[in-house]
Amino acid sequence: MSETPFLVLSAILFTIGAVGVLTRRNALVLFMCVEMMLNATNLALVTFSRVHGNLDGQVTAFFVMVVAAAEVVVGLAIIVTIFRTRRSASVDDASLLKY
Amino acid sequence: MIAFWLLAPVMVVAALGVLFARKAVHAALLLAVVMIGLAVLYLVQDAPFLFAVQIIVYTGAILMLFLFVLMLVGVDASDSVVETIKGQRVLAILLGLAFGALLVVGVAQVTVGTVVGLDQANTDGNIQGLADLLFSRYAIAFEATAALLITAALGTMVLAHGERMEPKLSQRETADKRMRDYAEHGRHLGPLPAPGVYARHNAVDTPALLPDGTPAESSVSRVLAARGTVRSAGRLADDIEELTRGLRDDGSSNVPGEPDATPKGPIEGDPSRQGHDRASDEEVQR
Repeated sequence: MSETPFLVLSAILFTIGAVGVLTRRNALVLFMCVEMMLNATNLALVTFSRVHGNLDGQVTAFFVMVVAAAEVVVGLAIIVTIFRTRRSASVDDASLLKY
Repeated sequence: MIAFWLLAPVMVVAALGVLFARKAVHAALLLAVVMIGLAVLYLVQDAPFLFAVQIIVYTGAILMLFLFVLMLVGVDASDSVVETIKGQRVLAILLGLAFGALLVVGVAQVTVGTVVGLDQANTDGNIQGLADLLFSRYAIAFEATAALLITAALGTMVLAHGERMEPKLSQRETADKRMRDYAEHGRHLGPLPAPGVYARHNAVDTPALLPDGTPAESSVSRVLAARGTVRSAGRLADDIEELTRGLRDDGSSNVPGEPDATPKGPIEGDPSRQGHDRASDEEVQR
């Protein structure tokens, strides 16, 4: 079982996530795309863990998951707060600091 | 490897779906597909612990959190297609394609050497091996994680906490206020009128009729009025006008809106069918 297909899949998922972050306007969908990028890197970490025959990659993937969970919780709270004041979940509307 | 070739196309298609889905709910469900696929790939690669964590934490907790917030924020909050920066979307897609091609080609060119495999590292079991590492080499990072989680939980509570701007009115104060309103402005002391109950509509979005035939604005909730879902008083008056005229002209029981032959199924005025009923009523009237 070679490692290249897994890494290629990881790269594809990461790219799709990145394009999503750049193009989508809904803050929630944007956030989902960030999650997809994190997941893609996790896949690469697990694959490299198998390639090198030690568990450090898996431990790192585990830490990534923990940080992602914390990030999602805070991020969603921010989205809810913004929605409460501005009645919109679009990232374009949160532009008051520009002026 | 079979699992990989079965799952990889599904995952890529689902990921593209996240990218193109108009509705955020669809994006969330497609993301669930990607995440479960990743979980299976972890299992294939000798990482049973991460498989379980991926399913429980990602698809179980994080994605459900997403769906919860989606419900709070409004499911129909769909994406706007207006570009705020000119040419940004095209540029982003081009850059994305270039980046993806670079990454894929680069990764495909690299040879990492022989794949060692995790059989030796997992001799005592995967979870035992991970625990050994977590509580020895990564102990400090693990402790930092604990701090991070506590901070995240506290921060979320602070962010999501709505501050009460004025003291909460007690029952007694509400009653006093009503009496004062009555004494000073002559406002009606009793409860507000109930919404209208008619043969065709008995939902909360239909105002009640006063004795002179005009609709009572105070009988429908202000929230509904602000949302614009209330059947407007004017339209209701028109309907009544038309109804009574139809009665007068024909002298028969040919009341507009009365179903001629087809039974309409559920009870009329059922709130969930309001829009549909209204539409069909109008058709009949024309």
